Amino acid sequence: MIGFATRRIVQAMIVMLVVALLAFTMFRFVGDPINQMVGIETSIEDREALRDRLGLNDPVPVQFFRFITKAAQFDFGTSYQFRQPVSELFAKRIPATLELSFASAVFALVVGIPMGIYAGLNRESPISKLFLSVSLIGISLPTFFIGILLIFLFSVTLQWLPSFGRGETVQIGSWWTTGFLTISGLKALILPSITLGLYQMTLIMRLIRAEMLEVIRTDYIKFARARGLPDRLVNFRHALKNTLVPVITITGLQLGAIIAFATITETVFQWPGMGLMFLQAVQNVDIPIMSAYLMLTAFLFVTINFIVDILYFFIDPRLRVGRP
Amino acid sequence: MSVLDIKDLRVEFPGRKSVFVAVDDVTLSVDAGKVLGVVGESGAGKSTVGNAVIGLLQEPGHIAGGEVYLHGKRIDQLPYKEKRRLRGRKIGMIFQDPLTSLDPLQTVESQLVETIRTHLPLSRSQARQRAIDLIEAVGIPDASERIKQYPHQFSGGMRQRVVIALALCAEPELVIADEPTTALDVSIQAQILELMKELCRERNVAMLVITHDMGVIADITDHVAVMYHGELVEYGETIQVLGAPEHPYTQSLISAVPRPDIKVERFPVVNYIEKAGTPQKQIDIATHWLGKARDYEKVTGPLVQIKDLDMQFETRGSIFPSKRKYFKAVKKVSFDINEGETFGLVGESGSGKSTIARLITGLYQPTGGSILFGKTELTSLKNRKDVLAMRRQMQMIFQDPYSSLNARMRVSDIIAEPIKFHRLASSNAEVRQIVDDLLDHVGLGAAAGKKFPHEFSGGQRQRISIARALATRPRFLICDEPTSALDVSIQAQILNLLKDLQQELGLTMLFISHDLAVIRQMCNRIGVMRHGELCEVADCDQLFEAPQHPYTRELLNLMPSLELLSRANLATA
Repeated sequence: MIGFATRRIVQAMIVMLVVALLAFTMFRFVGDPINQMVGIETSIEDREALRDRLGLNDPVPVQFFRFITKAAQFDFGTSYQFRQPVSELFAKRIPATLELSFASAVFALVVGIPMGIYAGLNRESPISKLFLSVSLIGISLPTFFIGILLIFLFSVTLQWLPSFGRGETVQIGSWWTTGFLTISGLKALILPSITLGLYQMTLIMRLIRAEMLEVIRTDYIKFARARGLPDRLVNFRHALKNTLVPVITITGLQLGAIIAFATITETVFQWPGMGLMFLQAVQNVDIPIMSAYLMLTAFLFVTINFIVDILYFFIDPRLRVGRP
Repeated sequence: MSVLDIKDLRVEFPGRKSVFVAVDDVTLSVDAGKVLGVVGESGAGKSTVGNAVIGLLQEPGHIAGGEVYLHGKRIDQLPYKEKRRLRGRKIGMIFQDPLTSLDPLQTVESQLVETIRTHLPLSRSQARQRAIDLIEAVGIPDASERIKQYPHQFSGGMRQRVVIALALCAEPELVIADEPTTALDVSIQAQILELMKELCRERNVAMLVITHDMGVIADITDHVAVMYHGELVEYGETIQVLGAPEHPYTQSLISAVPRPDIKVERFPVVNYIEKAGTPQKQIDIATHWLGKARDYEKVTGPLVQIKDLDMQFETRGSIFPSKRKYFKAVKKVSFDINEGETFGLVGESGSGKSTIARLITGLYQPTGGSILFGKTELTSLKNRKDVLAMRRQMQMIFQDPYSSLNARMRVSDIIAEPIKFHRLASSNAEVRQIVDDLLDHVGLGAAAGKKFPHEFSGGQRQRISIARALATRPRFLICDEPTSALDVSIQAQILNLLKDLQQELGLTMLFISHDLAVIRQMCNRIGVMRHGELCEVADCDQLFEAPQHPYTRELLNLMPSLELLSRANLATA
């Protein structure tokens, strides 16, 4: 297990290095950073002096090494638009995105898993067929459209829920702000998290259904029935647990996707998170924010995948014992 | 009163267009402490009988008529919940494949304890103690430790013992065993059968054994029921039925079982079962394409000479060579195969016999030793052209006829492919003619070429495999368990076909099987393998009459005795 974990960590570091290289090249090839920083009337000498001061004249490997060392300390430089350290900007925005992602992941799992189990066990029932056809809508409609639809229905027509923002937030510690503790914060979470989690929910539901159908046909389920075990034990202890391995893989990847690609939902709901900031950064060619976002996303994916790999060990005993 | 009474059972599977009757008018009974065998070929409905008794018929199958009694109490009409309470408590079931019948994610203990506590009012620790006792009773040493392990930590035979413990854990009165030893090696099969016999007697359990294997029937059953197409054709005491079968189906079924005791020229062909595929149009080998260009270079001495062959697989990779671990599948094996003979390799699973076949054909590269084919050293062939020329001369027939044919290709394309690849015919018209002739010759008829593999039965598919192997005009044919997946009657036909082809074409064959009786009928000389080593090589009769190596003797002893079987009608073969 330890050998396996170390191997995975080494692989993860290689992935991070490659991503860092990409993030680094962005500085060099997406426009000249000096031009972005200074005004038109700056003289060429001043530009050269700035260039030298920022170390842009150093050899490329030296610059890359400097970039990595700083990135490892969460120092991504200063934003061109806001003239503030990028890490501070992110620190302000991360809580909003993480809370939104968490809420939508919980929504996707809590609704998706039971629906999937039900549809897998009662294949022919009309409710399963209803789940399947409704889930098709979840998969085929684009996120922004669902968001606008929900806003139209619940904010404009019914006026039940707010259409934008996080509502009131409470400060916890030095930099975390939460919307979970106020009623307006919770209300503001509902629509965006459903919008963001709908696709994942349908995916998880369909996956669990397909896996369940597969597992139900196996010999050990037949044998469990032939031993007279009650349906509850057969379905949940034996069948469900065996469906979990592929489900966890996909869920882990999807969780990464939720966090990283909340961009559209955040834009539709004007959610003050990282995605919204990233979109603004792209419009203004704010390269430090873009490259930091890239690194952060990659880091999240790599971490989640690592956790998923470790989880396998707890679920599947066949992986725990080293082969002879 | 019998433990189990089945009266006029009829099971139907309603289909889209018509109702399929899987079991019709079957009447059986089993007494306590006795074993009833239900025997028949695939599709005979024997498993359906077992599933109907325990109430696990696959939807939409259902009992359409008749009655099932357990200790005089009718059980076929019980509501779902009461039926479920019978399962495990009154009726235990043992399945065919021990590798897949246990939940891989639960320890043996938790599976046993949950089953015991479902049926008996015991505390967790009492159930645990009972589980340990059971594991001991089915012959697994070190029970209190082993019980904490997961199924994958047990070997196949041990897992089947766990399955038996699970089936017996609430002391059922009836045990239904569906092909309990089909997936096991002969030596393990003998042990498991012995265990089942013992448990049945000790615990006074009635046992229903469903199998296609006459050896199993002869070995452990007291009574036997022979099924054919869902109907009971013969039913009586085992000695009676096997010794003096009355029904023509039983007679032909028994005669198709390969004999381990003496060698006969051809297998008795059973016409009762499936139209024996006689060649629709015999081709004259002497003038036909198939018989031409057989002027391979003459060899003096054996055609295939294998010397000190070694093969190891890496089981644990590492960047440090000292940390790598290897599994030696073949260790220093040497033998010769003479031109025109059939050399048999026999051994249990994992003995390395299939690995040797793969080494000869070049599917694996050996880690040591040499393989001499004629005058060519196969292990040092580098030139692609030479490799192809060698491959054309040797062909392989695989065990599983379901996965060895490409399901998306028409049969005619499957057979034409090697001819075109090796450019053995001058025109497409000639290729088509050859394919048609080959299909005729293996007994399928040229019309079969237009179909896809899934439209054929297992035996017919194996004929397609043979036709494909012949399509390169090979000199050397490797058959890796060619009939293990087939029913006995079909097996007899396929083996006869192979024998005929060998005589007509002068083929040299390497025949791999775990079945000693089949080996005896097919081979001139035999090599016995165990754990990657060749124990003994001897002429067929000598090996069976006077085995030298202790392992050979052990294998021969383990063969189910078929003395009970009537061989009276062999004369007609």
